[in-house]
Amino acid sequence: MTTTERGALIDHDAETLARERYFQSTPRRRFVRFWADFIRRRPLGAFGLLLVLIMITAAFLADRIAPYDPTALSFKDLLQAPSSAHLFGTDNFGRDVFSRVLYGARTALLVGFSASVVGCTLGLVLGIVGAYVGGKVDQLIQRLMDVLLSFPLIVIAIAVVAALGTGEDKLGNVIAAITVPIIPRVARVVRSSALSVVQMPYIEATRAVGSGAVRIMFRHVAPNVFAPYLIMMTAFLGQAILLEASLSFLGLGVFEPTPSWGLMLRGAGMQFLERAPWLAIAPGIAISLAVFGFNLFGDSLRDALDPRLRTA
Amino acid sequence: MIPTLVGVAIITFVVMRLVPGDIVALRYAGANVSQDIIDKERAILGLDKPMWAQFGDWMNQLAHFDFGQSLWTGHAVIDEVWTRLPLSLELAVIATAFAVSFAMPLGVIAAVKQDSWVDYGIRVFSVGGLAMPSFWIGIMLVLGTITFFGWAPPLVFTPFTEDPVANLSQMILPAVSVGYRYSAVSMRMTRSSVLEVLREDYVRTARAKGLRESLVVMRHALRNALLPVITVVSLEFAFLIGGLVVTEQVFNLNGIGKLLVDAVAHRDYPLIQALVLLLSAVFVLVNFAVDMIYMVLDPRIRYS
Repeated sequence: MTTTERGALIDHDAETLARERYFQSTPRRRFVRFWADFIRRRPLGAFGLLLVLIMITAAFLADRIAPYDPTALSFKDLLQAPSSAHLFGTDNFGRDVFSRVLYGARTALLVGFSASVVGCTLGLVLGIVGAYVGGKVDQLIQRLMDVLLSFPLIVIAIAVVAALGTGEDKLGNVIAAITVPIIPRVARVVRSSALSVVQMPYIEATRAVGSGAVRIMFRHVAPNVFAPYLIMMTAFLGQAILLEASLSFLGLGVFEPTPSWGLMLRGAGMQFLERAPWLAIAPGIAISLAVFGFNLFGDSLRDALDPRLRTA
Repeated sequence: MIPTLVGVAIITFVVMRLVPGDIVALRYAGANVSQDIIDKERAILGLDKPMWAQFGDWMNQLAHFDFGQSLWTGHAVIDEVWTRLPLSLELAVIATAFAVSFAMPLGVIAAVKQDSWVDYGIRVFSVGGLAMPSFWIGIMLVLGTITFFGWAPPLVFTPFTEDPVANLSQMILPAVSVGYRYSAVSMRMTRSSVLEVLREDYVRTARAKGLRESLVVMRHALRNALLPVITVVSLEFAFLIGGLVVTEQVFNLNGIGKLLVDAVAHRDYPLIQALVLLLSAVFVLVNFAVDMIYMVLDPRIRYS
């Protein structure tokens, strides 16, 4: 037996083995296997996932973990340096910075997740419709997306916020403002993935058995472009958190008394920089770690799910 | 490019009309103003006309470089923009210069020393730039200079023409905080692009000829790796604009970005509209210019 033949045989065996293993596995086992592989092969991605999980835990359990009420004023504890009583010190209203950072995770995640899910889903729909329907509809969507892409991220977000208005109870407007710039970026990537899917024989087969366009697009095309959708959702979560922080810092995002990392840097963080640097340090580190976590996780997820895909 | 610019103008126009009610109603919301005054104000702004006529008026004005009047200061929008443009432009130029002069050499070094500790160090440095918001970097830089040098950036801006040294010392921190992210992205791109090129046959040929390694890297690898880097630099220009908007706020620099934020705070819709259009137009023009540069750098690329 020559070396190549033996090599082919081993490959063949490996393939058979993998196939058998796949048929015996359950979705749950595959799920566990994927994540076990992910953690073992991509330590950086696993680290990112860890940061993300810490942030999610902080957000969900904020009311349990936080030692103080994030909005409770205490005028005898103004601008206290970090100590065992106040882990990250207190701000100019005597509010506990550690508690505010924990609750800030809640705001960041709420805004980031909503904007990212809505933006990516609208992008997914536009991308699939463009790719499947084609022709004039596709042209029109494409042109519209091109134009939306010509606006710098934060500039269009500011424009939308300015138009919809800002205020204490206007969190939805902030989410909308962050959603708008996400849509065209996702639509473009999804469209290019969907273009190759719509030419697959199984799509033609589905059409041949009489499925309607909507059914084909969302039952058959959508699941096959799910990988880029998921990857971009993770990546844009980080971007959305960054954008929320920037808008809040500019006074165009979340309003007091809602704890938000960007907002914490805005007023007191700048004003008392010399006397109380912890006010500016803690929320900034929180933003950076959150974005860092989502970026690392998103990058590794992309490599694991779809190595061909490269998003800018 | 022209259709894109027209599209940008249309979207800007539409977004600004998303205002619940209209801008006059919003401005006087809560204030006790009679309907007469509101109607008069609407007539002055041309808001009493139908939508298509408003758009026509606006496009006509734009063609004459007339951006209308600021509701907040009463001056012509173009004057407001014009006085602040040099500052933002200077900041953008210094930030870009800073970013590129760091990104290129570090990216090349990281690629040449792939998987060494130098490479890891440079990569960590660049990943950090993607995660840290530019305004926070700015705040930390100010904190650093206060703590270690006892120096805080002055509150009053000195123009370059008056005192170049004072001006530059004032601009360096904002430029670094804007440029960090910019350089982080271009560094990553330089690294991966040089890595790719270093595996090409012609690099092996160059080495086989006995060329010095520095010559191989600089002349044969880097030059061919530049194209994707330039793409990223132009794409990231949008982030540079975004960085300007927030960083000017940190350093209290009275530039275009601060003007935009102030305009939103004052609900000065003609000004917001003009600035959004202007910033996006600059972005479109830069991308167009980069497309042209491609043709010079790579003769194989031809646009029909």
